[in-house]
Formats: sequence, structure tokens, C-alpha cells
Amino acid sequence: MQSSSKKFSERFIEGLLLISSSITSLTVVLIVLFLFKEGLGLFSHSAIEEGNVIAVNKNNQVSVLSGEQLKNIFDQKIVNWKELGGSNDSIILFRLEDISNYYSDEQIGENFEHLPECISKLNDSISGIISFFPDKYWTKDFKGKKIEFDPITMKEVFAGKEWFPTAHPAAQLGIAPLLLGTLWVSLGAILLALPLGLASAVYLSEIANKKVRSILKPLIELLAGIPSVVYGFFGLVVIVPLIQQLFNLPVGETGLAGSIILGIMALPTIITISEDAMNTTPRAMKEASLALGASKWQTIYKIVIPYSISGITAAAILGIGRAIGETMAVLMVTGNAAIIPHSLLEPVRTIPATIAAELGEAPAGGLHYKALFALGCILFVITLIINLIVEFISSRKKYQNS
Amino acid sequence: MKLPDENKLEKLKKRRQRIAFIILGTIGYSIVAILISILTFIIVKGISVISWDFLTSMPEEGMTKGGIFPAILGSFYLVTGSIIVAFPIGIMAAIYMNEYVKHGTAKKIIKQMTNNLAGVPSIVFGLFGMALFVNKLGFGDSIIAGSFTLGLLILPIIIRTTEEALKSVDDTFRQASIGLGASKWQTTKNVVLPIAFPKIITGMILSIGRVSGETAPILFTVAAYFLPRLPHSIFDQAMALPYHLYVLATSGTNISESRPMAYGTALVLVVIVLFTNLLANALRKYFSNKVKM
Amino acid sequence: MIKLETINANVYYGASHALKNISMQLESNTVTALIGPSGCGKSTYLRLFNRMNDLIENIRIEGEILIDGKNIYQKGTNVDSLRKSTGMIFQKPNPFPKSIFENVAYGLRVNGINDAAFIQERVETSIQQVALWDEVKDKLKKSAFELSGGQQQRLCIARALAIQPSIILMDEPTSALDPISTSKIEELMYELKAKYTIVIVTHNMQQAARVSDKTAFFYLGELIEYSQTKELFTNPKIEKTQNYITGRFG
Repeated sequence: MQSSSKKFSERFIEGLLLISSSITSLTVVLIVLFLFKEGLGLFSHSAIEEGNVIAVNKNNQVSVLSGEQLKNIFDQKIVNWKELGGSNDSIILFRLEDISNYYSDEQIGENFEHLPECISKLNDSISGIISFFPDKYWTKDFKGKKIEFDPITMKEVFAGKEWFPTAHPAAQLGIAPLLLGTLWVSLGAILLALPLGLASAVYLSEIANKKVRSILKPLIELLAGIPSVVYGFFGLVVIVPLIQQLFNLPVGETGLAGSIILGIMALPTIITISEDAMNTTPRAMKEASLALGASKWQTIYKIVIPYSISGITAAAILGIGRAIGETMAVLMVTGNAAIIPHSLLEPVRTIPATIAAELGEAPAGGLHYKALFALGCILFVITLIINLIVEFISSRKKYQNS
Repeated sequence: MKLPDENKLEKLKKRRQRIAFIILGTIGYSIVAILISILTFIIVKGISVISWDFLTSMPEEGMTKGGIFPAILGSFYLVTGSIIVAFPIGIMAAIYMNEYVKHGTAKKIIKQMTNNLAGVPSIVFGLFGMALFVNKLGFGDSIIAGSFTLGLLILPIIIRTTEEALKSVDDTFRQASIGLGASKWQTTKNVVLPIAFPKIITGMILSIGRVSGETAPILFTVAAYFLPRLPHSIFDQAMALPYHLYVLATSGTNISESRPMAYGTALVLVVIVLFTNLLANALRKYFSNKVKM
Repeated sequence: MIKLETINANVYYGASHALKNISMQLESNTVTALIGPSGCGKSTYLRLFNRMNDLIENIRIEGEILIDGKNIYQKGTNVDSLRKSTGMIFQKPNPFPKSIFENVAYGLRVNGINDAAFIQERVETSIQQVALWDEVKDKLKKSAFELSGGQQQRLCIARALAIQPSIILMDEPTSALDPISTSKIEELMYELKAKYTIVIVTHNMQQAARVSDKTAFFYLGELIEYSQTKELFTNPKIEKTQNYITGRFG
């Protein structure tokens, strides 16, 4: 009797433990599910602002437009229908606020009750017109043609050069500037942090005596724990003004400021991991090198560094991964201009910073919201790949050792 | 072949080594100096702002005066909440992985997934927390939504440190207990966990430091820009230290006048991290001395 | 001819006295075995001759340690070139994470030799000296980790020979090897002593009896007995030695 109840409670506990250990897996699955459900939803949307219609004269040969074309039309970069495969007719823009150019307040009516009729008439009479208005003014007997929009394509998103999700009439969701901004800032950070971090790790692991190491190592580990928002704040009050003065720039919030702060933040990680890697170099191997008459320095760069190269690589890649995903510090110092950067001395905007800055203003479920989730998907995939690479490198190392 | 002149060569090797060591040492020390100076900067700028009033009163006059009490309290709630979420699950998961399944595909998958979760950027946690807890489960911007999000964020850390703690327990303890007829769970509960306990606690303390500084995950799940009152329940919004610092630094009503407030808040955050680290280190030392005796 | 000599050598690790007043003369072109229970100081003694002990923090070395009559702990001694004149073989084979060829060439390269033809020739003769050439000549570019343990250890000996030392220090060189690899290395030692002075630390008394000309017995940091190997193993003068070699030892 007692043994069977013991068995039951043992089983119950084991079940509980199993459930607990599957929570992380479940979370990853849920993250993928939620992120991709919202993110991929972007591609069933059209670029036109929700609740609005684009209409043209019914004789117009053009019946389908892309988001980018629509934007260029309203930016007056495209001024003639023949550029879009239509007849030679100049394009006449009509936004709702332009109505007063055509009709008086009386004609529209006190409560806009004649407004649909007025818009309909305009579309009927002007052959080159393209009008943008809320779909509640679209009536059954509308004397014009509604323009159809294809859903947003992968190409528009990945190759698009402009990120302006709240643009009228068509949101621009090109992520190239964000992707490039993220890469520039992260690469800058790693170029800065890797040589410096590696040098410090070599010093700590191979040159400094035990006492110095026992003081510096915990200190560096401690600095890895300082919140990113504090680093961002430091960047904002110290590094940003410094860069502005040093390079005589209009603003100091630049990609460079982001790289420097991210580099500083990546240093503890890089130092700790590569120092650990160097420490695994067998003592006998170092001694063998010294016994052959190699100097300590020769031993370091000919034996220790090659031996620990996979750990160092892992540190570098992990550093990049952290930099790519880092949000707050970057948000605070890079200036967040969504333009394709030409140099690190310009404001740039990264993917995480974009999500952090815009999600609060994006209505849930809308186009903008979905676009930000799509950015989250991209970020998730990038960091997942980076983690898998790091794991692959370190597992290969283990295999080599055994 | 003429061998290189011994003395000349050795001199050259010595000189190269000296130059290399000087460069490496200089870089090493300057890096440490930079890191320390950041810390010092925050401490020096913040120390004059810190006072009892600053820590215990509400923000006033557009957050340019007064204190940061609601942010401290909010962070406290979030730390407590996330630990309640993550701790039992994390420890149980680690026990399962270390004590119950030693090998096999299941363990590999769980390990891989835990590593994957650890690598997810914190802003993605923010997105996920918003989609699941705030919108889908209808918690709204609330302490509970934030606690769950942060809890999931630190779960991999807790699992990892607990696993390490359990691994450090010598197998002979387990064998002795099993040999006396104890079941697996009895062995784990009565023998393994008590021995591993100090290391587990150290892991918990370090994760407190981590949670109290995380900003991105709470942006859209709990954090309030400004709340003129304290939260009423766990379904209420709350202010939090890191987000408050962000607001003060970048989007307050009057950034230059709220700068001292920002320095003070930054210092409080730094002190929390310093304190948790020192405490963890002290505990580590205390327990290891005790074991030696 | 006396190759190596210590006069009143004392070594302290912090507070512990690891070697006590060791005075000993080692002859050239002989194999001298250092035996004794672990922790007796035999490895520490071996490492005096290439100043490998210098790497340990808190170490203090007193007395005179002479190679060819010259005190190698004198100020101004060039440690790197001292180490170049002494080859060292370690307990476990420890090839570098490099190719077989580069392992042997390493000592030449770090000592400033860049002549490819010279290196090629020296690597080849060194590998031949350790009777490894036929086994590796087709895979010189392969990683040294691909060799078996015994091959790796012979490669490490070749690596030490490539810089043409006059002394070879061996610290339990066969303790990680199988009997066949061990006997190959022992044969090698017999051949090498024509050209080199060899000092070997071993915990294996049969090995000491097989390979060495003279044997020194260390116990708790002291040199207890030092004589011709035959003599020491058949007719030890001191009781402690007798107890050790007959296995009656705690």
C-alpha cells in the first residue's frame, strides 16, 4: 500500500518536472507562432492605408498599382499615366482636403451629405484624376473605377529602400535601411570590441599575474551586468556630445555613437568568453613551446591563440548577435533616422530600435503593427542562426578535445 | 645555411615580446579604465541626487522634481513577479534534465530549445509578451503581463545555473542515498538539493540584477510613462526603473531639467546590480568556506 | 664528462620546501633516471635544467645549477636559448594544433630560421631519428592529432630534436602510452644517448632499470641515493631505497 502511494507521488512529481522542463520549448514554439502569425499577416495586406480607397476615371486603362507606384504618384515623381502603361494624360491628384478647390461648402452640404456625390462627379469628369478618400464615401453608383492593390510582396519589403509605415496614402515598408543600419552599427561595434577585447583577454589570461587577474576578472563580469539603458544613458550624455564636437556634426546621435556604446557593452562578453577559451589551452602545450626556446609572446600567438581560435570565434559571433539584438542603448544614441546610411557619422536606425520606438503608436492588428512583428521575425531568425553557429563551433571544439 | 646569430635573435625576440606586452597591457588596462570610468561617472553624477526623499516620493512637476518611488516599487513588483514565475519552473526543469534524464533525444531537444530561448533578443520577448499576455490573454498592460514576460526571459538563465549547481554535487551522494533505499525524488529533495542550494541561490540573486535592468521586454507589457499613483493590483500598469530612466533621458517634458533625476535613477540601477553581484559573491565565499569546514 | 650539476639546490613553493640541498652530477651521453614516489621532487629537479620552474608563481630557487660548468640561474642568462639547448618531453604527448610537419618545424621557426630547404631537411632527419618517417611521410600536412598516442609522443621527441639540443629532459614520457609504444620509445632512448645527455623522470622502476645508466632516488625533496643503476637496484646502500624498490612503501 505504502509503496504504491510512493510510486504514485514519484510519478506525479516526475510528470511535474517534465512539464516544467518543456516550458522553454513551449515558449520558443509560442514565440515563433505569435511572431510569424502577425508578421506573415503583413503579406496579405495591401499597402494602401486601411479604410481608404483609390479611384480613377472609369476610362483609365490602369487598374492595378503597387504601393511604391502609388507613393510616387502622390509624391509627384510620376506625373503622367503613360509612365504606368496608361494613355498620355497628366495625372491630377485629389485628396479629400482638395474638395474645396472644386466645390463650395454649400454644394458639399452642412454634414457632408453630398460629399460622395461630389467625389463621384469629379472622378467622372476629370480624365487624369486619381483620388484618395475614405471608403465610407464610396457609393454603389460611384462613377469611377476603384484601383486594385496587390498584397505587399517580399520584394517590396526586403528590397524597398524606404521605411515610412505611416505614409499617406501608401505605407512604405522597405526594411533595407533598417537592415543596413543594424548591420553597420553591429559591425562597427564588433570591429571596435573584438581587437580590444581579444588583447585584454590575452593580457588577463597569459600575461597578468594571478592577483591582478583575480581583481580584474570579477570586475569585468560585473560590468556585463550593467543594464543596457544605463549604457545608453551614458552614451547619450557623454559619447553623443563628444562625437558631435569631435567631427563637427549637426547632431551627435549617429551610427558611430551606437557602435561605440555597443562595442563597450560587448567587451565584457568578448573578454570573458575568449579568456575562458584561452585558459583551456593545456599547460603542457604552452610548456612544450617554451621548452623549444619560443618566447612567451611567440607561444601566445603561435600556440595559445590558434588553439583557442574556436572559442574566440564563438565570442566574436556571440558579440555580433548581442549587438544585433540590443535595443535600448542603440535607441538612445543612434538618432533613429530611417534612411540608408552612407557613413557611420549619420543617424541610423536599427531593427530593434524601430520596434521599440514604433510599437507603442501602432494600432494592434493594423498594417504597421504587423510590419513591426515582421521585423521581430527577422530579428528572431538572425539571432537564431547566430546561436546555432556558435553552438556548432563550440560542439566541434568539444569533439576535437575528446 | 647560416644559423641566425644567437644573441641578436634573442634580443629581437625579447624586444618584440616587450613591445607586444606593453601594447596588450595598455589596451587591457585602458579597457578596464574605460569601464570603471563609466561606473564612476554614474556614481559621481548620481550620488548628489540620492536622498531619502528621492527614493520615497512621487515624481513632481513633469518628472523634474520629486522622487522615483513608483518606479522603485514597480521594479520591485516585477522582480518579485518574474521570480515567482521563473523560479519553480526553472529549478524543476533543471532537476528533470540533470537528475531524471541523463541522455537521449528529449534532453537534447530541451537543451537546444533552452539555448535558443536564451538567445532571443529582449525586444522580441517584448513583442511576444505583448501579443500573448497583453492582447491574447487580455491582461492588458499590467504587472502580471510584465512578470510573465520577464520570467520567461530569465528562465534559461535559472535553468542553466541550477543545472550547474546540480552537476557540482558529487555522484557518491546520490549513490549513497539510493543505496539506502531512497527513491529518486527523495534523493533529490533530501540530498542533492540541499547541497546544491547555495549555488542555486547565487543564480537567483544574479538574475534579480538582470531582471531589474531589462527595458525592452516591459516597454509594451507593463511600463507606464508616468503614473500619478501607485499600482492597485497586479492587473494594473506600473512604472519601472529602467523605463523611467529611458523616459527621463529621452522623452521627458523637460529633458535638461530632469537630467539630475535621470542620473539618480541610473545610479539606483547600478547600485542594484553592484549589490546583487557583491551579495552573490559573498554568499559563494560564505558557503564554500562552510563546506570546507 | 660532467654535463649537468647542481650544488646545494633548494626549491621552495611558497612555504613548502620542495627540494632540499640537492648536490648531484650528471654525466654526458648517459641516461640518468630520477625515481621516487609522487611528490618527491623529481619533476621539480628535472625542470631546474631548462628553468621551466620559473613559470610557477611564488617559487624560490637557491643554490647553483650548472650546465657545462655554467650557472644557468646567473643574471643575464638567456632563458630562451637555454631552453633551446635542452629538449623536453612531457607526460602526455602534447603536439601543437598544427600539421605534423609544422610541429617539428615549430622550434626552428620560433628561433628565427626561415630557410625552407633547411627546415625541410631538418624536419625530415628529426622524424627519421625517432623512426617515425615511414609512418608519416605521406601525411606531413595532416594534423598531428590524427596520429596515435605513441606516434604523437615520438613526434614530440622529433620536435625536441629538431632544434638540436644537447640535453633531453623526459618527464614520465611513457606514462600515457601502451606497452608497444613504450618499448619503441625506450629503444629510441638507447640510440639517442650516443649524441645526447638524457634525464628521465619515471615512476616505473622496471623502466628505470631497463633504460638508465645511473639512477637517483628522491624522497620528500631529498636525494636519498644516487649510483649506477645496476648497483642501486641490486645492492642499495640505504634502507629507504631498498624499501622503495622492493615495493614496501607507503
